[in-house]
Amino acid sequence: MKTAEEIFNQLKEKFENSVVELKSDKPVESFIIVNPLEVDKICLFLRDEKDLQFDSLMNLSGVDDANGTKEKDEKGLETIKGGTLSVYYHIESTKLRHKLTLKTSTDREKPEVVTVTETWKGADWHEREAYDMYGIVFLNHPDLRRILMPYDWEFGYPLRKDYKNPEFYQGMKVPY
Amino acid sequence: MALKTEEMVLNMGPQHPSTHGVLRLELQIDGEIIIDVVPHIGYLHRCFEKHAEAMTYPQVIPYTDRMDYLASMYNEFGYALAMERLMKIEVPERVEYIRVIMGELQRIASHLVALGTYGADIGAFTPFLFCFRDRERILHLFEITCGARLLYNYIWIGGLSHDLHPDFIRLTKEFIKDFRPNVKELNELLSYNRIFIERTANVGLLPLETAINYGVTGPNLRASGMKWDLRKDDPYSVYHKFDYDIPIGKGEKGKTGDCWDRYYVRVLEMEESLKIIEQAIEQIPDGDVTSAIPKRVKPPEGQIYTRVENPRGELGYFIISDGSINPARVKVRAPSFVTMQVFPELCKGFMIADVVAILGSVDIVLGEIDR
Amino acid sequence: MGLLDQEFTEGNIVIAKTEDLFNWARLSSLWQVGFGLACCAIEMMATSASHYDFDRFGVIPRPSPRQSDVIIISGTVTLKMAIRVKRLYEQMPDPKYVISMGSCANCGGPYWEHGYHVLKGVDRVIPVDVYVPGCPPRPEALLEGLLKLQEKIRNESIVKPIRSGFVGKSA
Repeated sequence: MKTAEEIFNQLKEKFENSVVELKSDKPVESFIIVNPLEVDKICLFLRDEKDLQFDSLMNLSGVDDANGTKEKDEKGLETIKGGTLSVYYHIESTKLRHKLTLKTSTDREKPEVVTVTETWKGADWHEREAYDMYGIVFLNHPDLRRILMPYDWEFGYPLRKDYKNPEFYQGMKVPY
Repeated sequence: MALKTEEMVLNMGPQHPSTHGVLRLELQIDGEIIIDVVPHIGYLHRCFEKHAEAMTYPQVIPYTDRMDYLASMYNEFGYALAMERLMKIEVPERVEYIRVIMGELQRIASHLVALGTYGADIGAFTPFLFCFRDRERILHLFEITCGARLLYNYIWIGGLSHDLHPDFIRLTKEFIKDFRPNVKELNELLSYNRIFIERTANVGLLPLETAINYGVTGPNLRASGMKWDLRKDDPYSVYHKFDYDIPIGKGEKGKTGDCWDRYYVRVLEMEESLKIIEQAIEQIPDGDVTSAIPKRVKPPEGQIYTRVENPRGELGYFIISDGSINPARVKVRAPSFVTMQVFPELCKGFMIADVVAILGSVDIVLGEIDR
Repeated sequence: MGLLDQEFTEGNIVIAKTEDLFNWARLSSLWQVGFGLACCAIEMMATSASHYDFDRFGVIPRPSPRQSDVIIISGTVTLKMAIRVKRLYEQMPDPKYVISMGSCANCGGPYWEHGYHVLKGVDRVIPVDVYVPGCPPRPEALLEGLLKLQEKIRNESIVKPIRSGFVGKSA
């Protein structure tokens, strides 16, 4: 069993530039911030290293940080420019009984994160969902399609904070 | 001489009597043999996470009910637990006991639906009626407690909406007494039925390594032979006070991790749940169930991931709070969502008719997959 | 109809209006499409299982829409599903009836405001005969919905149908 701090030091040693920070100032849970384009290597290391053995991905969630500048266009619709989208990874080791949270942030205008499906196959659908809901593109993902929304949904990514619902979809009225 | 066959694509669902809801499976088949399965989900995507962001924290609870509608109590339980940890609320002991009793009753009710419909999928309709008969009694217990049969809004952040009904303890004891022989009856009728074993043993094998790599949890993981139950491995509430066992698949009728194991683990789990309920009823302390409910739910800035052992596996809530009265993000890690990913692996190489048997054995709820 | 209540003393001829006979036959064996959508589907299952026993009203689930008379829309209809629901309805032979079960199918239910992927009422794609309120409706409520539908069928006329075919609001 290892604490987040020990794991952070271990990672920092191995991946000097891609592991950015250990955040433990906020209440409840601490997490490690990593580089979005290196996350696959870090995860593979976390899984295969003898004294870490993170063999299971509990959860992977996309998050809209909504930290960009809010703009209003001529119709009064609010859009967010700039800022970041984030992905949280909650992983655990069923053998060594420790847990860890990773966070990676990517540019809102061009959100790209490397997939971790190579490490945990269960990440597949979670990543598709994050793509579906936030438009985060997972590089090297084997099958990046929409998953919950219809395949022909072309009105944006619904869980982004500035999402606007369309009036009609295939002739059906959407708003109440 | 081997006959030349051609691959074809067969569409199963979204309307199919044994897909347990609105699931669409695209089967690639060679004759009767499954080559690949592509599940298409999202036919019941009800935008839970968007609603959670638009509601205040207590208002989210009714929506959690509607995710896994066969285990509503447990969804509320997990959400309330996450919020209490985030806000550092101490919950009265009586509340914890009632939550455990309700949670375990819900587990039995949920497993009864799983087992009953599984029998119906395979072709045995009588167990379905038997299981629903017993389930109605559990629903009656819920109904006298909180007034609803299916979606309760009973477990609140920091407490419960109502205390137990005066008759609750007596009726629960009666139910337990009557239910034990019924499990035996179910075993005679279905579990050890020759036809049923033929249909389910050695079908849809899930190796343990694959299960862990995919993140499969709950009865499906335990059927593959791993003793992993969050009630014991990541204890929450008052589960540490009770004496119970975690049943695992032993490969009694075929190889470990087949459909029969997944089915039978659920049968055994019902008995363990009964044990927990019996002990909880004996030990339950007095107290006020509403005293710790906060007047205003406004957690500090931060984030938390909390998980509970739902009847289908690990139900996780990832909540990010930005310090306001609405959550900034609620992501649900739904056990069925993860289990469904491994489904194509289970089906490969088996017959079309086995797909129904395998799908029933993993016990998915579409409301939870799509949310 | 009261036909079977009375004893036949002599002869074996019953004189009835064809309309009454047809309606009686139709309302007494409404086969439903074995089709569940969401939470309400569980209550629908409970209705057909022991305790409530849907069978006694002649309601038997059929796996295929082509052999069914009534479709119970039991649960939230999403945009992705609405297209399929419509197709299922179109596959049913006439005369066909629709029971909308639960708030979600009636009007979007709790998802009416922020449900970006929820159809706010199944009557936007198919015509509905009976609305059953509740979230979810109790089995008794569904039974009453069925009795209401039977009442409606009893008053139908072959000459001039009350139902005027497809009157969907859109498409």
